[in-house]
Amino acid sequence: MCGIAGFFGAPDASLPRRALLQRMIGAISHRGPDAQGVFTGPHVGLAHARLSIIDLTSGQQPMATADGSLCVTFNGEIFNYIELRDELIARGHRFRTSSDTEVILCAYEEYGLSCVEKFNGDFAFAIADHRNRRLMLARDRMGVRPLFHTTYKGCLYFASEVKALLEVPGVTATLDPYALDQIFTFWFPLAPRTPFKNIEELPPAHVLIAEGGNVTVKPYWQLSYPDAADADAYDNRSAGAIAEELRTLLLDATRIRLRSDVPVGAYLSGGLDSSIIAAAVKQIQPDRLRTFSVTFESEEFDESAYQMDMVRALGTEHSIVPCTTADIGRDFPAVIRSAERPILRTAPAPLMKLSQLAHSSGYKVVLTGEGADEVFAGYDIFKEAKIRRFCAAQPQSKRRPLLLKKLYPYLPQLKTQSQSYLEAFFGAQSDGSDPLYSHLPRFQTTAGAKLFFSAELRKALNGYDAMEELREKLPADFARWHPLSQAQYLETAHLLPGYILSSQGDRVAMANAIEGRFPFLDHRVVEFASRIPPKMKIFGLREKHVLREAMKDLLPAHISNRTKQPYRAPDCQSFVGPGAPQYVKHRMSTGDIATAGYFDPVAVGKLVHKCGNQKFVGFRDNTAFVGVLSTQLWHREFVQGATVASNIPYAVA
Amino acid sequence: MSEVRAKVRKFIEDNFLFREDGSAISDDTSLLDAGLIDSTGILELVAFLESDFGLQMADADIVPANLDSIKAIVDYVETKIAKQQAA
Repeated sequence: MCGIAGFFGAPDASLPRRALLQRMIGAISHRGPDAQGVFTGPHVGLAHARLSIIDLTSGQQPMATADGSLCVTFNGEIFNYIELRDELIARGHRFRTSSDTEVILCAYEEYGLSCVEKFNGDFAFAIADHRNRRLMLARDRMGVRPLFHTTYKGCLYFASEVKALLEVPGVTATLDPYALDQIFTFWFPLAPRTPFKNIEELPPAHVLIAEGGNVTVKPYWQLSYPDAADADAYDNRSAGAIAEELRTLLLDATRIRLRSDVPVGAYLSGGLDSSIIAAAVKQIQPDRLRTFSVTFESEEFDESAYQMDMVRALGTEHSIVPCTTADIGRDFPAVIRSAERPILRTAPAPLMKLSQLAHSSGYKVVLTGEGADEVFAGYDIFKEAKIRRFCAAQPQSKRRPLLLKKLYPYLPQLKTQSQSYLEAFFGAQSDGSDPLYSHLPRFQTTAGAKLFFSAELRKALNGYDAMEELREKLPADFARWHPLSQAQYLETAHLLPGYILSSQGDRVAMANAIEGRFPFLDHRVVEFASRIPPKMKIFGLREKHVLREAMKDLLPAHISNRTKQPYRAPDCQSFVGPGAPQYVKHRMSTGDIATAGYFDPVAVGKLVHKCGNQKFVGFRDNTAFVGVLSTQLWHREFVQGATVASNIPYAVA
Repeated sequence: MSEVRAKVRKFIEDNFLFREDGSAISDDTSLLDAGLIDSTGILELVAFLESDFGLQMADADIVPANLDSIKAIVDYVETKIAKQQAA
């Protein structure tokens, strides 16, 4: 895993082209500390920062074909490269290395632009095709690896992280107000939009082709679900047959993700998903397995008892790193520097500590359970929507809404909640025909934090409606899907790449040169799961039912049957009170808030006072506090360029 | 303006509305519909009413009919105080 950067066209001549590439790749050298390389050709430049994982001796990049007609810079992995290599050799290709990088070059020679459809992997790459004067950018289907681009004075620039683009003379950071509105509604901006005006991300499962002065961006794969009215569109086999094939597929997805020339470890959260993956690894490689986990002081968040159960059950060699509220407060600016966007939760901070632990233990690659909740319907939001629809069908029923109380047993604030408020809050009576029905309570609660927007920002937004934009982006056949499929699509196609895999995934892992690999997000698993009937995914109110059934004999029964506890971390309590980090006072001060201009200084002052003085702070205010603080840190880091200039080391100490 | 109303309004403005333009909510505005109070925020309101007015709120009292607007809260508090004084 690595970092990539480059340009296509004629860059501003103020900087020699090699020096420009070196500056760009230097800004993201944390992604690949093992080696750096640059390539320049007519109208094109490619750069690469390498984290050596496969073919340690001859996998240097950028890599060109023997005749020099193609050159590639590549971040990530093509997990099926061994099979593709055999296929290409059978078609007459010859290989000089044993790397997956060379497989990309040969596959492009053989299949052209559609080569990307052959790849099973987590990747972002750029191919310079000199013969056709073409640049191709591509990104994996689920959005595991990042890729951003911008056009400045007619030249196209791209990179794994935005900070490399900000090294291009003339490219500057300005906040896109629509992106902020989207973040304060969904938790992330809707791709291709980023918080940086005029800088876009290449959406997951898309390619960008630049040739002859034209730039085309198009999808090569789409997440899709069966037509709910067409019973034959689902996998209609018995539950047992489906579970058996799922197990085979998941073990294979894990097997190809163990391909590496360096040792591969695993994260253990204590939950079902990472336990399944660790157990699958032990099935395939019964010898040694190294695992890592993070623990919390507060019982509300800590899962260490379950983690240790799995450690004992599997006999792994395990390390833990404790994470305190003080750690979160201290590391949060580094998290924002990595995430490059405002965020509404602190949950990425402990994961940055975890990647530091894996890194300092000598690891570069970890497998995790990421993606199972999206693909197999584990999140509470799916059950919540099911109960809300169930209530709405019999609005006069007094007993149906009692189910809402069962939903969030791990939230102490909701335990004491009265029935009628839960009903009012979850909007059991609201319009079931809205395509965003499943997510309305979350989006509406989150959007409450927009209360703090400044008058100028509101004016710039001019009544903009983020939810309407999301509705317009939905696939044409969305309305014909089962409600659970619709909710899963919103999580899998949007929240997953927009927040989970990026701010909480790639960016906080790569800050410490750790590559995450996610067997549940193998597109074969995703496609297979999309055709499983909804009632097998949530059986009654048992989430991830079919997955549990498929893997239960690999796990202790109480892990296999454990109800989902979402991964959460302490929010605003990390930033207030006697131990609060100094920077919070400055970033949230009336002066700093007014200078940045995004929020109302008086309102933020009241929020800070409230969070510092009230024993209990509700969802919206926690969301608002973290959102405002992270936006202020983003502004300081990228718009004012504070730490770039002071050259603070990247990784968290 | 009654003393209860002034205190309730100030609490709502300081803790849920935050903004200066307090007139943006009327006494009848639904706090839920306006996105000012979510399912957890309501507990802050209950804690305030119990501590500042010396009320004891039964679970059955924590319903939108009693708490979802400034007017509803004031009516509820005044009725409750009158009952406690009569008792």
